[in-house]
Amino acid sequence: MSQPSEHGATAASSLSKSSPSKSSPSTEAAPGAPTLAKPAPSGLRGSLGEPLLEIRGLQKHFPLTQGIVFKRTIGHVRAVDGVDLTLRRGETVGLVGESGCGKSTVSKLIVALERPTGGSILYKGKDVARMGGRALKEYRREVQIIFQDPYASLNPRMTVGDIVAEGWAVHDDVAPKKGRLKRTQELLDRVGLNPDYVNRYPHQFSGGQRQRIGIARALALQPEVIVCDEPVSALDVSVQAQVVNLLEDLQDEFGLSYLFIAHDLSVVRHISDRVAVMYLGSIVEEGTDAEVYGSPSHPYTQALLSSVPLHEPHLRGQKDRILLQGDVPSPADPPSGCRFRTRCWKAQDICAQEPPALVDRGQGHPSACHFAEARTVVPVDAE
Amino acid sequence: MTNLDLSKPTSELAPSGTPLLEVDDLHVEFRTRGGVVNAVNGVSYSLAAGETLAILGESGSGKSVSAQAIMGILETPPAVINGGGIWFQGKDMLEMSAEDQRKIRGPGISMIFQDALSSLNPVYSVGFQIGEMFRAHRGLSKKEARKRAIELMDRVRIPAAARRVDDYPHQFSGGMRQRVMIAMAIALDPRILIADEPTTALDVTVQAQVMDLLKDLQGETGMGLILITHDLGVVNEVADNVAVMYAGEIVERGTVDDVFSKPSHPYTEGLMGSVPQVEAKGGRLRPIAGQPPNLARIPSGCPFHPRCARRRLGADAAPGRECATDVPPLRLVVPGREAACHYSEEVLGVPAE
Repeated sequence: MSQPSEHGATAASSLSKSSPSKSSPSTEAAPGAPTLAKPAPSGLRGSLGEPLLEIRGLQKHFPLTQGIVFKRTIGHVRAVDGVDLTLRRGETVGLVGESGCGKSTVSKLIVALERPTGGSILYKGKDVARMGGRALKEYRREVQIIFQDPYASLNPRMTVGDIVAEGWAVHDDVAPKKGRLKRTQELLDRVGLNPDYVNRYPHQFSGGQRQRIGIARALALQPEVIVCDEPVSALDVSVQAQVVNLLEDLQDEFGLSYLFIAHDLSVVRHISDRVAVMYLGSIVEEGTDAEVYGSPSHPYTQALLSSVPLHEPHLRGQKDRILLQGDVPSPADPPSGCRFRTRCWKAQDICAQEPPALVDRGQGHPSACHFAEARTVVPVDAE
Repeated sequence: MTNLDLSKPTSELAPSGTPLLEVDDLHVEFRTRGGVVNAVNGVSYSLAAGETLAILGESGSGKSVSAQAIMGILETPPAVINGGGIWFQGKDMLEMSAEDQRKIRGPGISMIFQDALSSLNPVYSVGFQIGEMFRAHRGLSKKEARKRAIELMDRVRIPAAARRVDDYPHQFSGGMRQRVMIAMAIALDPRILIADEPTTALDVTVQAQVMDLLKDLQGETGMGLILITHDLGVVNEVADNVAVMYAGEIVERGTVDDVFSKPSHPYTEGLMGSVPQVEAKGGRLRPIAGQPPNLARIPSGCPFHPRCARRRLGADAAPGRECATDVPPLRLVVPGREAACHYSEEVLGVPAE
């Protein structure tokens, strides 16, 4: 590792504030580095940056087949069926929903691991589905993903250093060959791991440390957007908080935008500027965290929030209890009209005929319910 | 031969005052090739009829192992119960014959597990598995047991029980499978139900349904409930008392209201600061530094001291209360509250006596 080259020093200084930023004017070394080198102004969180990702009517249908030799398609699982979402620069959008609602499929579609059946994903105004070759390669560098399971998503035969540096084998312009070991160590240091651990293997780390390795791997390519797919669900609470804080710090330092996908409503409220609630393949309600949690207007959001156990003894029993009946219908055969109508206490004839649009019906933020009405479900903690 | 009277309903026993279950200074270790893992190091608690005791802890804190020791389902070897006692209605379960222990499992103590799918047998119908309790313990006929199974499935609110009794576990959703497990567990009207992370694998809306069901069943039968979980919210909403475990020990114990309003052990305090709440966006999280300890190498002194923000080492410590060398006993801090910390009064903000 000895002396880093000039390029290495520039790139490194964009990553680590502590490292001495040597006078090297070669800023053209890494595309994307200028945006990263500039820390986001602290007031940016929550304010309107330019839209980075625009998702319009996104659909993903997986075919259901029968037969072994002659496969016949007998239907489709509508995993994602009309999702609209916008992610602006520097903000965190939380996507919540229960298992099977399609939130992980959305994350795979965004990082181009799956091809959408319909709709479009626009990144900086360009349709990802039409990207090819160089443009797609660049897109994949700028939009990174952190996976849920830190035990399954790291290759057990690769050292930590190799895992973090692997992206540079494809995107070799991001980090010049000479300074790579030093860069890797700086990345490990930045995510709170001992830089001397570069030659260790994933099994030598605990769950929280592995998740940090996954974060360092995503950061290595200097992304603009990180899709976090349940990044803390597998971790113990005390470790979960460390990782959440790390993600927040990295966002402030590098001006990252997060799409934070999780089923834990408390964590999503904590980290997100805006929240979208998903049910059976589509978004039912969207708004700022205060709007969605403070005055939810879709019956599903209300039921979901009322199910979350509260942590304060003095608030116990003050919650509006809404117990949902039954289970989520199969996405292979979703109900007509509104997807939620089979479990909804407000359902009328119109709900079976017309799918409600995700629009503001006077409650202050978009909600996909014909009878949307704001209601306080979770008591506000006065303390 | 034990003379346990398991015929009377639990609710009739409730006022008698003797606890249903007493665990005293329980030690469990696992003897592995890599060394001895001390999973449970001196855990004591008691459970009365109708009481809900939550055992709160992170993974590897020994909460499940202590419950498995009570049920007598620890795999031995490698596990060895090397100290302490477990008394069920005044009888020492560790001294009993295997046959007597078996008679307690079911009508005395029963247990539900986290992962319903892997706890149910995939090749038998759920009705057969629920009915097995009646066939094995009560000697009922197959036909009679099936009838009882349908009644139980109704009781745990599985819709169309009579039609679904011959279905197999894979045909049920996660929440319904957990109900099947609950039906098996309450089949013989147990005095004590141990629920080991019963809702961890479930979505929040289903979790709320299952916790409601458990609460209602407890209200009907007056059974004691031991709820093992890592979810602070579930503890707050369901339990009366809570025991917080860390590195195989109980570090704090008290009523949920007391412990959650004002923790008296730094670990409990750290847990509260680590979890975001749905009630408010809140400020920055205050996590506990470091990682939970390896149970094969538990730190000296207070097991929490390497991660503790309030630790006092060397000259800072009061005599006999050095965190790295002196093991803090679980002691009464204020009435109704015990904690295993040398400086609990400080955490709680009360003057030390």
